[in-house]
Amino acid sequence: MADVDEAARPRVAHKSPESGAILQELATLITTALNLEVSADQIDPDAPLYREGLGLDSIDILEIAVVVAKRYDLQLKADSQENHQIFRSLRSLADYVERNAPAPHRRPK
Amino acid sequence: MSSVFAPRPLIPDTAVSDLIPLIAHRRPDCVFAYRKGQPIRAGQFLAQALQLAARLSGAPLLNACSDRYHFAVGLAAAALARSRSLLPPTHTPEVIRFLRAADPDTLCLTDAEDCPIDLPQLRYPEATAGSPEHWPPPQISADQVIADVFTSGSTGTPVAHRKHWGRLVRCVRIEAERLALAGEPLPTLVATVPAQHMYGLESSVLLAMQSGAPLSAEHPFFPADICTALAMTPEPRILVSTPIHLRALLASAAPIPRLMQVVSATAPLDVKLAQEVEACLGVPLLEIYGSTETGQIASRRPAHAAAWHLWNDVRLEQRDERTWATGGHIETRTPLGDQIELIDAHHFQLGARLQDVVNIAGKRNSIAYLNHQLLAIPGVSDGAFFLPEADDGHGSRVVRLSAAVVAPGLDAATVLQYLRERVDAVFLPRPLLMLTALPRTSTGKLPLHALRALLAQPDGTTSSFG
Repeated sequence: MADVDEAARPRVAHKSPESGAILQELATLITTALNLEVSADQIDPDAPLYREGLGLDSIDILEIAVVVAKRYDLQLKADSQENHQIFRSLRSLADYVERNAPAPHRRPK
Repeated sequence: MSSVFAPRPLIPDTAVSDLIPLIAHRRPDCVFAYRKGQPIRAGQFLAQALQLAARLSGAPLLNACSDRYHFAVGLAAAALARSRSLLPPTHTPEVIRFLRAADPDTLCLTDAEDCPIDLPQLRYPEATAGSPEHWPPPQISADQVIADVFTSGSTGTPVAHRKHWGRLVRCVRIEAERLALAGEPLPTLVATVPAQHMYGLESSVLLAMQSGAPLSAEHPFFPADICTALAMTPEPRILVSTPIHLRALLASAAPIPRLMQVVSATAPLDVKLAQEVEACLGVPLLEIYGSTETGQIASRRPAHAAAWHLWNDVRLEQRDERTWATGGHIETRTPLGDQIELIDAHHFQLGARLQDVVNIAGKRNSIAYLNHQLLAIPGVSDGAFFLPEADDGHGSRVVRLSAAVVAPGLDAATVLQYLRERVDAVFLPRPLLMLTALPRTSTGKLPLHALRALLAQPDGTTSSFG
């Protein structure tokens, strides 16, 4: 994926260029892995992933965990206090990945 | 099975005596459960079950505890107090309303900080330090109904399947034989399935109670959680899981602690995945076939043999183009939801699923029931659920349902919101097609191929997720 042009995406207020890139890449990985009918750029990064937002359920969340483990070498855990927060939205998931994934895996491929 | 409560069957049970001890552990200091690596002894378990039983009135008890040890204490306490444990497939507001209407005294036993279930709640009492022990195990009559396990039914209301203590015990004792659970030390059962699901009830809680094998209180979900739960549990260990969790576990490359055996059920396991699990973990994988109505009735080792080996004494009969299971621990003669090819009196092959029955991630439903719920929404004038592709049940991907709806005054989000109240999330349609008319034939029939053809015509009227 090419570097994200910050100015061209005003909806996405990135903490860093890296987290913006992760957010975009995650959106693509998730729509592909879950076979969603929306395209990656149609996902509102701040909408809830569960229920009323993207409408994902626990099977999807498990699938996302596999995607994140494979791509970012990061194992998600349900016992983490942050878990509810992590899956609040695509952005919070991307932020979590950015903060916790081993550095070499965070760069966009 | 059309009434809410099936008539009580006769119990000509010869294999188990009339009174069966609650647990098969030999001594009060045998480990009953591990929680975060800490053992809980059989004698403590019994004392806690008796304490909780003293607080129950005999009214039905919805056991919503997510900690498997808490669930087991609740189940045992209910049995001791002669309360039926209610185990519905889902806790949607619709199902809870139904349970409350069936018996207004129904209680909910919960260990959640913030439990949304709209019933009078009984908080699971945390044990105090140095809690007392009780011994020997109390006995429960084989003909006592200890649980009602529910299926969604096809007419809009959940259907209760009564489970007698003697029959449940008989079923899991055969499972213990199939898993070769004997000798010391017995393996600890670590399960990724909820205790409230028939498979979880049998293969984690009741199997532990009746074989003396310790259970892990954890209910791990993510691959890393499964590994952590295993690592905190002393060896030997058995992982009781599902194709969905096993696939995620292998795909995520999480470091899996050493196991003794793996058990899988809820959906047919892809043979390739079964072989990968065996190769990767270096242990046998036993697959179990069953249903909420029948409980577990057959097992096989899919990496080695395609044929299923029936539980001793269970028989299959083919009649009216259906296969019926009967005998052994089975409560009432039950038609199976799959096509069955009989090999001999004790072995069979599993064919395709019958058309009306869908099984998504171990949750079973009928298209008729889902259509009923869809058409019950005010403003929906026509609608139908369908499988978007032929699901032979042997793929490793979870296949989701689609639905086509005619509801002139409603948008997709509203329809989904109604459905969410009434059906489990796994059955929500993806996509939900909002149409001006369904592709019915002149005789009003709705051919499956016509519904599937709708999916190939993308236009602005579809909504996948509201």
